[in-house]
Amino acid sequence: MSNWIEIGNLNDIPPLGSRVVKTNDVDIAVFRTANDEVFALRDQCPHKHGALSQGIVHGNRVTCPLHNWVISLEDGEAQGHDTGCTKTFNVKLDGETILLAV
Amino acid sequence: MKSKLVVIGNGMAGMRTVEELLKVAPEKYDITVFGAEPYGNYNRIMLSPVLTGEKTIEEIMINDLAWYEENNITLHAGADKEVVSIDRRKKTVQAKDGTSVSYDRLLFATGSNPFIIPLPGHELNGVIAFRDIADVDTMLAVAKKKKNAVIIGGGLLGLEAANGLMKQGMNVTVIHNVDVLMNRQLDQPSAKLLEQSLKERGLTFKLAAASKEIHDDGKGNVTAISFEDGEKLATDLIVMAVGVRPNIALAQKVGLHCDKGIFVNDTMQTYDPSIYAVGECVEHRGDTFGLVAPLFEQAKVCANHLAEHGIANYRSSAVATKLKVTGIDLFSAGDFHTDENSEEIVFQDPYRGVYKKVVIEDNKIKGTVLYGDTMDGSWYFQMMKDETDVSEMRDRLLFGQAHLGDSGTQGVSAVANLPDNAEICGCNGVCKGDIVNAIAAESLFTLDDVRDATKASASCGSCTGLVEQLIADTLGSDFNETEKRKSICRCTEYSHDEIRAAIPRNELKSFHAVSDFLEFSSPDGCHVCRPAINYYLLAQWPGEYKDDSRSRFINERSHANIQKDNTYSVVPRMWGGLTTPDELRAIADAAEKYNVPTVKVTGGQRIDLLGVAKEDLPKIWKDLNNAGMVSGHAYGKSLRTVKTCVGSTHCRFGTQDAMSMGVNVEKMSWGSWTPAKFKIAVSGCPRNCAEATIKDFGVVAVDSGWELYVGGNGGMKVRVSDFLTKVTTDEEVMEYAGAFMQMYREQGHHNERTAPWIERVGLNFIKDEMVENETQRKEFYARFLESQKYAQVDPWAERASKGVDVIDFVPLKQIN
Repeated sequence: MSNWIEIGNLNDIPPLGSRVVKTNDVDIAVFRTANDEVFALRDQCPHKHGALSQGIVHGNRVTCPLHNWVISLEDGEAQGHDTGCTKTFNVKLDGETILLAV
Repeated sequence: MKSKLVVIGNGMAGMRTVEELLKVAPEKYDITVFGAEPYGNYNRIMLSPVLTGEKTIEEIMINDLAWYEENNITLHAGADKEVVSIDRRKKTVQAKDGTSVSYDRLLFATGSNPFIIPLPGHELNGVIAFRDIADVDTMLAVAKKKKNAVIIGGGLLGLEAANGLMKQGMNVTVIHNVDVLMNRQLDQPSAKLLEQSLKERGLTFKLAAASKEIHDDGKGNVTAISFEDGEKLATDLIVMAVGVRPNIALAQKVGLHCDKGIFVNDTMQTYDPSIYAVGECVEHRGDTFGLVAPLFEQAKVCANHLAEHGIANYRSSAVATKLKVTGIDLFSAGDFHTDENSEEIVFQDPYRGVYKKVVIEDNKIKGTVLYGDTMDGSWYFQMMKDETDVSEMRDRLLFGQAHLGDSGTQGVSAVANLPDNAEICGCNGVCKGDIVNAIAAESLFTLDDVRDATKASASCGSCTGLVEQLIADTLGSDFNETEKRKSICRCTEYSHDEIRAAIPRNELKSFHAVSDFLEFSSPDGCHVCRPAINYYLLAQWPGEYKDDSRSRFINERSHANIQKDNTYSVVPRMWGGLTTPDELRAIADAAEKYNVPTVKVTGGQRIDLLGVAKEDLPKIWKDLNNAGMVSGHAYGKSLRTVKTCVGSTHCRFGTQDAMSMGVNVEKMSWGSWTPAKFKIAVSGCPRNCAEATIKDFGVVAVDSGWELYVGGNGGMKVRVSDFLTKVTTDEEVMEYAGAFMQMYREQGHHNERTAPWIERVGLNFIKDEMVENETQRKEFYARFLESQKYAQVDPWAERASKGVDVIDFVPLKQIN
């Protein structure tokens, strides 16, 4: 059973931005879209391990800062002709509180 | 409820329009397509390689039947599905077999019919055209059993058919009515070279010939053709390739206005507002069309209007031709006939079989014919379309772009001669063979297609020219290449220039104002258009527009350069490349304190601290700030460095004080954002130790003042800068530097360095605007200084001490 942990307020993340949650084993990038939806991915591009939290967010996608791979925030899949996937984490909003399942 | 779109014609133009429409308005229409051939949609231009056996039908299909199903398109294909009547009042179309479909919008894409010369006997068995898969099947079937073939028509298509039949083992004679082969594309000398080369391969020619009659065996099968001069040739097959006529029979029947073709306006609309037309069946401003590039342009425009976006206009543009006969290099574009206003430059080497002609009028290329060495075809073609002034390169023009120095970004190396394993895209490791195979296997036509499929030129873009040339070489005349107007990205149809122009005209002051006003397909844009538009807004509204950090690439958002392990590099500014013991001590202390693994001197005379963790950035900046240093902007599309030599201060050759000049120029220009990175250097004498002639703006001291150079580049494509002007005072150097930067800031495309910008607009244009025109120069300079008032704020100090964007540098939470 996953365990919902409070990680912050929606306003801690700028719209079209991302912040990192550090855990003992992986860094998790938490994204906020223009529509105030939140998503969480492992902060590592499937291509050459770029930090997705540092990319440009557009729609429900993020562009990796290292080589411009575009990754879906919904399922972590690389878009277009690229193939690869990064792990997603369950994240939800309770009012403005962001809850992450770890 | 969806509207209904009916398309008559299942060829390249019609289906390209449908594809474009599905891209921009996938849900708008229920689409029905009528096609007279019983297949999906195939690449008609590749029929020649099918005939030679170099390709199969499967390989040239663009959309198979499954594609129609996936996109919910109803396809009525086959001879009995030919549309025979249209009721324009009730808006229905009816096919031969009675199938009736109603429409809200109707698209004519009926293409053209091959012209058949009405010689006696032209209806015999064995007299065909070269137009569709059925014709190819007929030719292949005859070639299996019979020996002799005659092609009537020595144009592009006729020669491709002749070559194909010869490859299939037939004896082929080409009949042409004049004595110049491909006379619409070639002049006499190049046509003779072509004729010679095709003769050596085994083709026979009968030129300046007038056909008289086709003879048969009494059972309706062709046996021979006779001529006005009395000669008679035995043959088993006659292929007529003497041109096409727009297929307008149906349009005429239903009363649409036609002359040579169906009349359309610039939106591809016919005289009936519910009916559009594209492709070879149309007549636009007096022109009809036969090559694929303009058809694709029309498809894009038509789709835009069918989607009711209502913004695109079609303007016909020049097209280039290549012959798809393996081993023969031939390139032709524009008008290659000289008259009293034009002159020709010709290079001829009969031994090597090379012929090059460039026709020039008013210092601009008007047309070109190349035979044997076509490497520079796309270069001439580009200059022709751009109307580039070629007066300064006239003496070297015919030797090709490679002889102009390794300039620009057009990708000039002999890409056609490279082996398949040659790497084209260094960023993504894509080889020539990968690209060529992908173009053929996946029916790719555009640069975007190739970028998606192979990643070639999808990263830094410096190999774009090479990739475009490969596409052009692989597709021949079909490549939609180098259209002058390229959309900025897939979020919109609009180009950089159009978006820039819309910003002040409509007082657009935010990304969303731009994306709403111009109806972007994705409201947040993407990683290409967001940074570009953020820059355009910043350049347009200095002091007013608030920089949007979320539209900045990470380096510009965190004011440091991201490295492959997600650490950053930190480069403090050292004015003019000068430093002091105190600064060096502070740098050394910071490097130790933050465990910086690598300390490196850069090419721009700065010190780079590599491997800093993101969380440490504000701290190391604070230490450097405390020692009086600010951000070196080594990460931005901005003024990078001003490099200097010691000049007259110490050097025995120095003529002017280069170091002070460099410091002053850097103090004036630091902090400015530019379309792409901008580098300056100042050398104290013509020995040029600061390498000022490969910088965006170079200053070289001479005894009597300063020479100013622009548009240099020392990267992958070295470009020596152009001499702009010579000035005498220090103030003038500052004025020119500021004015040049401002002109580039206002007119360069985002991500376009000064070198390609200058090649795009021409040095003369820049001279006219800011050397000859003093008032304008002073205005550029004034606008530069005004914008600098808001730009010269140290981004490091803001973040290290003033709390700007703090959250960017700390984790949201630590979970143990």
